Amino acid sequence: MRMVTELVKSENSYQAAFNAVRELSPTVAWLELVRGSAMDRFEQLGFPSVRDEEWKYTNLASLAKESFQPAISREEIVHGDVTQFAYPETANAHLVLVNGFLREDLSVKSGLEGVVAIDLFSAVADARYNKVIRMYLARYAGYHNSGLTALNTAFLQSGVFIWISKNVKLETPLQITFAADGIGQNSANFPRVLIVAEENSSATVIENFVSTGESRYFTNAIAEIVLKEGARLEHYRLQRESNNAFHVCTTSTELGRSSRYDTTSINLGAQLSRHDISVVLDHEGAETSVDGLYMVGSDQHTDTHSVIDHKQPHCNSHQLYKGILDGNARAVFNGKIFVREGAQKTDAMQTNKNLLLSDKARVDTKPQLEIYADDVKCAHGAAVGQLDPEELFYLETRGITPELGRSLLTYGFAEEVIGKIKIQSIRSQLDEAVLRQLDTSLEA
Amino acid sequence: MLEIRNLHAAIDGKEILKGINLTVNKGEIHAIMGPNGSGKSTLAKVLAGHPQYEVTEGEVFYEGRNLLEMTPDARAREGVFMAFQYPIEIPGVSNAQFLRLAYNEKQKHIGEEELDPLEFKDLLKERAKVVEMDASFMTRSVNEGFSGGEKKRNEILQMAVLQPKLAVLDETDSGLDIDALRVVAGGVNQLLTPDNAIIVVTHYQRLLNYIVPDFVHVLADGRIAREGGKELALELESKGYDWIKMPEQNGKGAVAPAK
Repeated sequence: MRMVTELVKSENSYQAAFNAVRELSPTVAWLELVRGSAMDRFEQLGFPSVRDEEWKYTNLASLAKESFQPAISREEIVHGDVTQFAYPETANAHLVLVNGFLREDLSVKSGLEGVVAIDLFSAVADARYNKVIRMYLARYAGYHNSGLTALNTAFLQSGVFIWISKNVKLETPLQITFAADGIGQNSANFPRVLIVAEENSSATVIENFVSTGESRYFTNAIAEIVLKEGARLEHYRLQRESNNAFHVCTTSTELGRSSRYDTTSINLGAQLSRHDISVVLDHEGAETSVDGLYMVGSDQHTDTHSVIDHKQPHCNSHQLYKGILDGNARAVFNGKIFVREGAQKTDAMQTNKNLLLSDKARVDTKPQLEIYADDVKCAHGAAVGQLDPEELFYLETRGITPELGRSLLTYGFAEEVIGKIKIQSIRSQLDEAVLRQLDTSLEA
Repeated sequence: MLEIRNLHAAIDGKEILKGINLTVNKGEIHAIMGPNGSGKSTLAKVLAGHPQYEVTEGEVFYEGRNLLEMTPDARAREGVFMAFQYPIEIPGVSNAQFLRLAYNEKQKHIGEEELDPLEFKDLLKERAKVVEMDASFMTRSVNEGFSGGEKKRNEILQMAVLQPKLAVLDETDSGLDIDALRVVAGGVNQLLTPDNAIIVVTHYQRLLNYIVPDFVHVLADGRIAREGGKELALELESKGYDWIKMPEQNGKGAVAPAK
């Protein structure tokens, strides 16, 4: 064990660590093959560079240069460190991963009837799950074109597999907390989630990325989500990583006939964060809302690349992303909507609005529509602005100080996204984050 | 309570107010009338402290203090209130949140108890009766999607919550049908006490049937061209603004108010 650890600490350590992982966590042949070819692919592709159009505004050079060490153990965190991250609504359904490893001892599953929620890597070796995992794993988040996805796939040695049975209506929201231990420096964590929602099931899943400290680390996460016919999933993704961390995340969802996927992505943390979200409407009658809020300050950088792909007729998508930028922060929003040939009666709507609270903050926004069908309803738009002085004056004439007024207007801006979140304690937490300066509660 | 002396104000370098003199005592209702462009709304905005208007000359004293040196929010906490001609929409902030914040800012300022959401709800329910506003308006975003009449009612509701000493109503009657006008005016009348004062800025006389002024001041080209009692408004209504002669060059051409 010690020998392995030393090996992992050597410079430019991904290949070395990969060899160690293979030795420590052997798996079934097909997955061994997937990991191996993913590692090969990473060796070829490396980290994306700004020469790549999709990475034009987000520079990973310092991530590539620094030697992050892939986490290879699961035993460093104690229970007390993670209970703070549990939302009251999910008390009976909370999975905890530390540095990408599922920790059964920290997880609670009593509220998860009709749902399989287990270690993804172990499930592969289980005959009950092997088939379904093999069908969907690494299918929607392919590793052939992305060095980051390849790297995560190569380091698959834990993660979470959620399998919601047919017709099951899960009442309790299921929370998955991805904690970085925040103590060890320069660890690279590769959380991986696969969610398969069977026909006519419904559930709420919260992905919560947090850290127990302010250390520097690298999270490279993937969630693959499959909704079968008539399934409904409400999905929240909260990113509150350490302000010194790198966070890259890929969320890839495929929607079955008449399924409904509502996702809201909140990005608050990390020094540099990048979220690639794709939703493929691959069967008729599917519906999705893809919302998000990024709120960054000081020297933070956040980037959202989204692809909503209408492949079949009679599907709806609605996207609203809002950004609040302060200090020297920088944000990127790139949203593509494809309406493929034959995807008639598509209804697609995309909006990105940004609020700049400082002169130095900057946002690059690029909504894109590509339409290859003729009977569709599509609209998109983007806006970048500052607080409206008339609105501020109105508040001031009611005795509200300019400081409080600015907070209140910022809160109001964010509320269009936050207000739609159905989990009360998440809403409160986000309200608080937006209203940091406000010394009074806005409950009403 | 309010004393305006030789007030000149400009926007974008263009002088709009050219020497206004006006004294308002507590318990009084003053109407400011005048044709479009005469400077009525500018006067209201200058009193509220709108940053786009620059006071180039003159003084304004409110309760013996220099009002022009106070920030807009400080004026409000000291009891100056302006009902907007075009109330601003604040998306994402509920009426109840907004009103409670404003109320508590004032309470804090005068050393009175602040209210928590539940306590405030009761107060709001009580005060909303003044303008016959439904509870559903409290959870909606401030003025967002409100009709013109609802926005004006909401202004008077804010006045009811904040209970100002000096209220300036800027064209509160514009865009109101007769029923809404009656409700809004009724609300204002309920809020009048011997200790506060109201300045009603209006183009038309009809609001003054409901809010009966003690004094009427008619503005023309940034000056007070004529002053009188409530009958002056009726005279204006029948004769039109053309009847008002332009003030003399010295800007003091107004006749003495008929008491």
